[in-house]
Amino acid sequence: MAILSGAEIFVESLYCEDVEVVFGYPGGAVLPIYDILYDAEFEHIMPHHEQGGIHAADGYARSTGKVGVCIATSGPGGTNLVTGLATAYMDSVPVIAFTGQVPRAMLGTDAFQEADITGITTPITKHNYLVQDVKDLPRIIKEAFHIAKTGRPGPVLIDIPKDVLTDKTEFSYPKEVNLPGYKPNYDGHPCQIKEAARDINNAKKPLIYAGGGVIISGASNELRQLAKGATIPVTTTLTGLGSFDERDELGLGMLGMHGTTEANLAISNADLIIAIGARFDDRVTGKLEKFAPNAKVIHIDIDPAEVGKRVNVDVPIVGDVKRILVKLNKVVEKNNREAWLNQIKEWKLLDSKQEESREDKKLSAKPIIEEIFNLTNGEALITTEVGQHQMWAAQFYKYTKPRSFMTSGGLGTMGYGFPASIGVQVGNKDSAVFALAGDGSFQMNIQEFATIAKNKIPVNIVILNNQYLGMVRQWQEMFYDKRYSSTCLRKREECPPDCSSPSSNCPEMIPDFVKVAEGYGIKAVRVTEVEEVRPALEEAINSSEPFLIDCIIEEEENVFPMVPPGGSLDKMILKGDQS
Amino acid sequence: MRHTVSVLVANEAGVLARIASLFSRRGFNIDSLSVSKTERDDISRITLVVEGDNKVLEQLTKQLNKLIVVHKTSNLTNDPIVGRDLALIKVTSTQNTRSEIMQIVDIFRGKIVDVASNSIMVEVTGDEDKINAIEKLLEPFGIKELVRTGKVAMVRGQK
Repeated sequence: MAILSGAEIFVESLYCEDVEVVFGYPGGAVLPIYDILYDAEFEHIMPHHEQGGIHAADGYARSTGKVGVCIATSGPGGTNLVTGLATAYMDSVPVIAFTGQVPRAMLGTDAFQEADITGITTPITKHNYLVQDVKDLPRIIKEAFHIAKTGRPGPVLIDIPKDVLTDKTEFSYPKEVNLPGYKPNYDGHPCQIKEAARDINNAKKPLIYAGGGVIISGASNELRQLAKGATIPVTTTLTGLGSFDERDELGLGMLGMHGTTEANLAISNADLIIAIGARFDDRVTGKLEKFAPNAKVIHIDIDPAEVGKRVNVDVPIVGDVKRILVKLNKVVEKNNREAWLNQIKEWKLLDSKQEESREDKKLSAKPIIEEIFNLTNGEALITTEVGQHQMWAAQFYKYTKPRSFMTSGGLGTMGYGFPASIGVQVGNKDSAVFALAGDGSFQMNIQEFATIAKNKIPVNIVILNNQYLGMVRQWQEMFYDKRYSSTCLRKREECPPDCSSPSSNCPEMIPDFVKVAEGYGIKAVRVTEVEEVRPALEEAINSSEPFLIDCIIEEEENVFPMVPPGGSLDKMILKGDQS
Repeated sequence: MRHTVSVLVANEAGVLARIASLFSRRGFNIDSLSVSKTERDDISRITLVVEGDNKVLEQLTKQLNKLIVVHKTSNLTNDPIVGRDLALIKVTSTQNTRSEIMQIVDIFRGKIVDVASNSIMVEVTGDEDKINAIEKLLEPFGIKELVRTGKVAMVRGQK
């Protein structure tokens, strides 16, 4: 057996795990790793902030289903990963973060760039490790990959003191893991599956509520089989978008606060909810007491702690979504449920009724997002930041396949989407990748311009620029008497303090995104008219380099439908209700 | 309702911090917690007494089980168990009260473990009620200091 240093073991272990790419930022405590990485055979991409690195690893993981790997140094390097870890934890994304740490003898002494990163990240990782002995390193890396990608996936952090990286030991990579405290249940109880099938067969108005777990489990085909076979309409959560082809007549799109009318009405009127890989998040349920008031609930999830956490469940099935659906599909009977389907069709018309074309010809989000769908035949991989543009991206693009929409659902992390798109593009070299952003969120990780420019990562950035922190502004408009406190991004010292609407006197927004992009050597155009959208998008798609389109859209457009916070899903505010 | 929960955990650094952090961030209230070695070197046992309804307890158990370091969680509340608490109580004493205190301690099968000129230290073991009872009886003499281990518990017979 070879005698290797901790840093060499790190790299060899990543080879054993078939890691293709690592997103890492160097620093003092990880110098031994970077010395070995100099000759490593996998791709290494340096972000320009550790947060960018971990979001890129997250985007890579969500879009490929593989484990995303990132590296940061000790202290601030590690603390800069915190938002990324919490983001990955909330949405169950398999990411492994390696952090450097001060040498063992200095632990606990408040040494330079020391932070207790395992202590800090305990609540936002699936598990974490502080490596105390180089002999433990291969086992810990093996366990970390196993924990990150099995069961309900999640981020794992491994903190390695610098002297562990230089210590040497005999290296052999373990074949098995031995984790007596970690035994996810995959199969689902056969009696529960039988009971679920009985309920489905008896239901008159069943509805599937599919979450990100369907995508993680790779169960889209099985979901489709269940829905089509027994004629059950499907609504998806934000992270579940793409698990079911929205073009299908059974597809209802997203549910919840900004869900479609038909999805929310279907939930409110259903007699059976089949929740699959979803967790009844408050943005989905609205007022809990009014959520699906007439329905029995079947809940399929791999995490027992999610079952019964927020909603009382009649038939809990703990296990892997795919395995359970395979079994369920064998016992669920065919059914055409004509009356229910007709009702759904009627509800679908309600949403299309509220669509109107803008009279003032001002650009809005819808035609831009729809054009992206049209020009890419729905094959684009979309990432978003958080806010209005995120909801529009969820509403106006028709998701047809899993792993095509990467967004921070649970944590709601502004600054996620642009760096995530780097990981998505690296993991899907031939795909058209679109980073949809708001003008506010985009500035949260704008430094990653440098990463895409230097590495020629051809992501297409589309900023839906309304010069506001739009979602917060929308809430201020609706619930805070239009007091636009700190949400106007054009506001300067000379502006009137009580300004509550944009006008032609408003100052220019800072920054000019086109000029910023050009400063990084990235091609960029500004779009202000509907007619300019298609040519700009075509140019972006045809270009093999990164490209930015700054779309100046209507400032005060709101996201509808909207269920007010704490309201029940059947009481939506629709577009027409605004005035 | 009060529940007694036994948790078998890996005997390694940081385990208690993981469990404490889980309780604080999920808002679970702990009445008592005791950690100790078991018959196996690699496993420790944590005995918890927590307040909450069945739903709270179900979440707590499930969240504990999600921790990789937790091997097994059992709710012992409805099981036939032996549950014990140990208390050391330092009671003010004078020549006049000393023998009365010793009588009370005797009835409760406690032990006098230290005597000073103006105080007596009492050791008493038993279930919670018993310790509460002796504490109440000793109170009038003046309790200078009191320390309790928190409950440890084991299921009777084979399980």
